[in-house]
Amino acid sequence: MFPTRRLSDTAPLSQMLPLPLALPLAELEVGQHLYWQLGNLKIHGQVFLSSWVVIGALLALVIAGTRKLERDPRGVQNLLEFLWDYIRDLAREQIGEKAYRDWLPFIGTLFLFIFVSNWGGALVPWKLISLPHGELGAPTADINTTIALALLVSLAYFYAGLSRKGFRYFEYYVEPTPIMVPFKIVEDFTKPLSLSFRLFGNILADELVVAVLAFLVPLVVPLPAMLLGLFTSAIQALIFATLAAYYIGEAVHESHH
Amino acid sequence: MTSWLLLGATEGGLFDLDATLPLMAVQVVLLTLILNALFFRPVGRTVEEREGYITTSRADAKQKLAQVQRLQADLKEQLKDARKAAQALILEAEQESDELYREALAVATASANAAREASRRELDIQRDGALGQIQADAKTLGDLIVDRLLAAQ
Repeated sequence: MFPTRRLSDTAPLSQMLPLPLALPLAELEVGQHLYWQLGNLKIHGQVFLSSWVVIGALLALVIAGTRKLERDPRGVQNLLEFLWDYIRDLAREQIGEKAYRDWLPFIGTLFLFIFVSNWGGALVPWKLISLPHGELGAPTADINTTIALALLVSLAYFYAGLSRKGFRYFEYYVEPTPIMVPFKIVEDFTKPLSLSFRLFGNILADELVVAVLAFLVPLVVPLPAMLLGLFTSAIQALIFATLAAYYIGEAVHESHH
Repeated sequence: MTSWLLLGATEGGLFDLDATLPLMAVQVVLLTLILNALFFRPVGRTVEEREGYITTSRADAKQKLAQVQRLQADLKEQLKDARKAAQALILEAEQESDELYREALAVATASANAAREASRRELDIQRDGALGQIQADAKTLGDLIVDRLLAAQ
């Protein structure tokens, strides 16, 4: 049985710890998924369920705020304009004045999706909805989501560089000296790896810490960890979006010879 | 399910990669397109329109302010000129009236002097006349007295 069962994906924590009273308030399930069969493909249902909630919330906010755009903003439009401004500043600072317009929606979507996912995972009481298998949580706590996002970023910066500079894009690999070639090639692999694992690790760790604390001491004690989690979640969304924008900016950057 | 990281062929686990990955990527791309159409483009247009509006109104206001300042300077200049002209006019009028006054005074003084002179001359003549008359009368009377006295002797 050993290769198929691991510490991380086996039974709830309550069975692993020899606690005298097994509290029914919180249980930990790690690495268990609600599988949906799609043809002969398997997908993680809980990730999609929570991501649809996230996307639905985002779309509801956006639709509510843009139904009647006015020159003197009112209500939700203020929030949306603040977000737009924030994302534009982020994109413009990292990508540069010339190319940021093309990538603003991508960077903005990354930021908003990750941010709302992270906070949704921390703030929505998912435990109230019990699934037959696995549990709902932040979509970004699943490695599939973060790798998908990171690979999109990789595609985006390759596309950005190639579409803007053509094959001159590969000059970037020999700058400032050709010695850099192997490092730059390795970078193309480490960039998505670090992006996805940073986000995944942070969000999963946050959820685990909160869950473990809530399991051990259900009252008050998890609150600081939860607040820290909210902070980390916001920071991770910002880091992911900033790095994505930075990579794209690096790809479209014109070096002056 | 093939899970191709580290952990062997098993279902579940933290690193269980499957069709969730590409589907999530497609989902995020779709979300990007939708948000671009619903959020980034319209809000960006609104914000940029407002920025343009503010810029043009500012330029407009600046232009108007400059015009106002120019007009103000113009008016100030005009006012100064008008004030100067008025001052000159007043000075001139004062001088003129002064002159007129002097002239009138001179004429009046002259005529008064002339009248005085004439009356004095007449007075002198009359006095001389009267003195002569009195002397003649006194002489006549003296002679008469002398004649009488001599006749009575």
